[in-house]
Amino acid sequence: MELRAVRRVALMAVLGLSLAACGGGNIQNAPAPSGGGGQAASCGKLNMAINPWVGYEASAHVVGYVAKSKLGCEVEYKNVKEEVAWQGMGNSEVDVVIENWGHPDLVQKYITDQKTAQDAGVNGNVGVIGWYVPPWMAQQYPDITDWNNLNKYADLFKTTESGGQGQLLDGDPSFVTNDEALVKNLNLNYKVVYAGSEAALIQAFRQAEANKKPLLGYFYEPQWFMSEVPLVKVNLPPYTEGCDADPAKIACDYPKYDLNKIVATKFVEANGPAYKLVKAFKWTNDDQNLVAKSIAEDKMDPDQAAQKWVDANPDKVNAWLQAAQA
Amino acid sequence: MTTTLERPTAPPGGGDRKRRMPGNGRLLLGVLVVWVLGWAIFQGTATLEIGGADLTDFHLWLNSIRDGFDQARAGSFFFEYVIGGISAVIDATVTGLRDLLSQPSFPRPVPEIGWLGVVAIFSWLAYALAGLRSAVMVLVGLLLFGFLGYWEDSIDLLIVTLVAVLVCVVIGIPMGIWMARSRRATAVLTPILDAMQTMPSFAYLAPLVLLFGIGPASAVVTTLIYALPPLARITAHGIRSVSPTTIEAARSMGTSRWQILRTVQLPMARRTIIVGLNQCTMAALSMATIAALINGPGLGQPVAQALQSLDIGNAFVSGIAIVIMAIVLDRTTTAASERAEVATRRGGTPRSRRIGLIAGGVVALVCVYLSRLYIQLAQFPAEPDLGTPLAAGVTAFTDALVRAVSGLTSALTSVVSTVLLNPLQSLLAGSPWWLMFLVLLAVAYLAGGWRPTAIALVCLLVILGTGLWNEAMKTLTTTIVATLAVILVALVIGVWMGRNRRADTAVRPILDAFQTIPPFVYLVPALALFGPTRFTAIVAAVAFGVPVATKLIADGIRGVSPTSVEAARASGTTAWQMISRVQLPMARAAVVLASNQGLLNVLSMVVIGGLVGGGGLGYYVVAGFSQGQLFGKGLAAGIAITALGIMLDRVAQYAAARYGRR
Repeated sequence: MELRAVRRVALMAVLGLSLAACGGGNIQNAPAPSGGGGQAASCGKLNMAINPWVGYEASAHVVGYVAKSKLGCEVEYKNVKEEVAWQGMGNSEVDVVIENWGHPDLVQKYITDQKTAQDAGVNGNVGVIGWYVPPWMAQQYPDITDWNNLNKYADLFKTTESGGQGQLLDGDPSFVTNDEALVKNLNLNYKVVYAGSEAALIQAFRQAEANKKPLLGYFYEPQWFMSEVPLVKVNLPPYTEGCDADPAKIACDYPKYDLNKIVATKFVEANGPAYKLVKAFKWTNDDQNLVAKSIAEDKMDPDQAAQKWVDANPDKVNAWLQAAQA
Repeated sequence: MTTTLERPTAPPGGGDRKRRMPGNGRLLLGVLVVWVLGWAIFQGTATLEIGGADLTDFHLWLNSIRDGFDQARAGSFFFEYVIGGISAVIDATVTGLRDLLSQPSFPRPVPEIGWLGVVAIFSWLAYALAGLRSAVMVLVGLLLFGFLGYWEDSIDLLIVTLVAVLVCVVIGIPMGIWMARSRRATAVLTPILDAMQTMPSFAYLAPLVLLFGIGPASAVVTTLIYALPPLARITAHGIRSVSPTTIEAARSMGTSRWQILRTVQLPMARRTIIVGLNQCTMAALSMATIAALINGPGLGQPVAQALQSLDIGNAFVSGIAIVIMAIVLDRTTTAASERAEVATRRGGTPRSRRIGLIAGGVVALVCVYLSRLYIQLAQFPAEPDLGTPLAAGVTAFTDALVRAVSGLTSALTSVVSTVLLNPLQSLLAGSPWWLMFLVLLAVAYLAGGWRPTAIALVCLLVILGTGLWNEAMKTLTTTIVATLAVILVALVIGVWMGRNRRADTAVRPILDAFQTIPPFVYLVPALALFGPTRFTAIVAAVAFGVPVATKLIADGIRGVSPTSVEAARASGTTAWQMISRVQLPMARAAVVLASNQGLLNVLSMVVIGGLVGGGGLGYYVVAGFSQGQLFGKGLAAGIAITALGIMLDRVAQYAAARYGRR
């Protein structure tokens, strides 16, 4: 009986303590979540896909922040991979993919066949895919950036995973790589080893630069990691139109990707200010790297990072807004 | 905890067969000799290796099925109203609860009930269901979520987990009852449950979203698929093990089957069912990070996001919040079941407790009211902030650790890879497929007899059919090495814990944490230490396999009868003799069980291993989730992993039944 009384007192004490924490400040005084702009009614909702890399996150949050703070839209971010995002355009779960890297199979399926998605033009970012080495290697072996010399250095790149040949570390599973075909068709004494994730690739390059270890790997720009360790690209035989037509016979570099925006057909048909903003959105690799760096290295909240850039670049933002409000 | 193919009923084992053991040993040696000779002659031929982007007809066929779904989904009655209806109900429930408890509920800038109200309600519920100690635990746990800086994500995860567990209960308990009463149901459902548990979720994540949409419904269904099997299995086991005499007695009194179930079997199996519920909850929590990949709300989001920028500190802090949730839920549900048992035995609630409950309820309601009124009580305060310094500390510590030992660890990686992994992989994946096929069948036969051989035959044919034979052999190599490492580590730590109470108390929470922390959290430091290699994948698998195995071994050692230990001690044995001659042999069954569970946990990490350079089937599962064209290949890899898992599990079980019990 006594024990129970003690328990009761303890419970009261605990709850009482939490009550004591109460203070003033009425909830009605709290600021509303959307910064206002007075057009909330006309803008409506914007479903923005967030594909899982930091550069994408930067672009998406800048557009989202402008839509929310200047146009009064309700913005919802959805963390999904590319394919799932395209899929979601059919039933209006996703309105915008703000940075698209080619994906001809998805273009065929959703733009050409099902017509649930549309191309909303380039976003100004240029995507580069290729083979890279850490900067210390480019310094020590200047001719390594020419693919013709790769076989000369193959021994340097040997690892426990590459079975006696040089290792070419591939591995972000999100992209189709031609690397197995490239190695074969360029007669390189290398073996493609799959790291399996972007995190694994970045960590490998980071350790390679820090410990001056040789590493040759698949990488891409724009990427926030480039501002931490400026990797150096190895020049493969230059890309020419159609040289990648037959995947088995590829012997040329990857094309440059003019990254574009993909929008849901229903979103286009609604033709609201959010769509016009997305359509007008355009910036540069440097812009994106700046915001991405704030997120990845300075550990800023993506919305705050976006706000910082928007406040610093009123000209660009105003140009988009004019188009949106036209 | 998580990935266990619980099969409580031991498969039939031959008692008289064990005399054949020495003969089998010689035969096994013979198989090995033939294998190595065959490898030496045919090495590198008919290995069925295929290129990274190559697709077989089977993969293309799986792709076309997916495309068919995609096409059919608009305008189909079934998709729009049945599946659509289910997802609408789940979405509405989760969204409603989020508006109530965690997310700004428009037009309010905060949820309907603020943090103080949420803390008060949950603490009161814990007090009512599980007692004061649990109430305090819940209170502290919830406050920690806030102090770590993840209040909203934590409550979101709690909501998704509770909804998923609720659906599990609605489906899983009737399923378990059915399995307990019908042999045919067991025969049909067991392989399905096996597949649900061993098929990596990455393999079906994208098509699942096709059906249930980008939202909470998909997250709940993903979680459900993985968390349902333990509940159904353990429920069936609980009902089956109700003593037949009791049922006979009830039947002789003329009670109907339904009444027996309701008044005898279910109440008597109650404890076991609660254990099942517990396992179900833990399994549900372990899916948090995976669900985040399809926009599932909760703590998985910050973990996944932190991985993108390799932010070890924040990944750790949000991972710790998941661990706290797991521990609080585990202890509270256990306490609740014990209390319920005591309450039924005593009958009724004492008056003083009733008063306490009412008073607590009133206080909770007042808190809810206040939290609706004041912004400070609605929005979790930013101070005190434990998360930021903890994240900074973890980052600094990991950096220092990596700098200090990375030379050593990369040397270890290369030694293990060259001495052990490469030769073994060359033997398994470098042998022609037909030789490996026969070797594996022979091993299955020698280990367990005809039945597992038949199962192995089916599984191997499935693997062959997926077109990923070579990759499967590579995965088998890392699985074998990782499992051996798990057993070795678990033996050392488990024996130590079993013999030393203080060691047990110190180590057990660490094991709990490693079992519940999402592997994504320690992948980045593991990558820094060991590089993107198969060895890193093995390290991750061992980190996840060791806790279960260690706990089982520790419990087994402790369970050895004190009289035997005393007797041995009296005759003056040394500590080493005590372990090797008395304790380990007597805890044999526990060691066998530990190896089996360790193996299954290792297998469940194959996909995670694929993310850090493990290659093999795991990489294709990941790639299949990321690239539309590779979907079929990824699903095929998932099927191959399932087949590999079922084969290893069954062979190990039959072997254990034959040799494990003396």
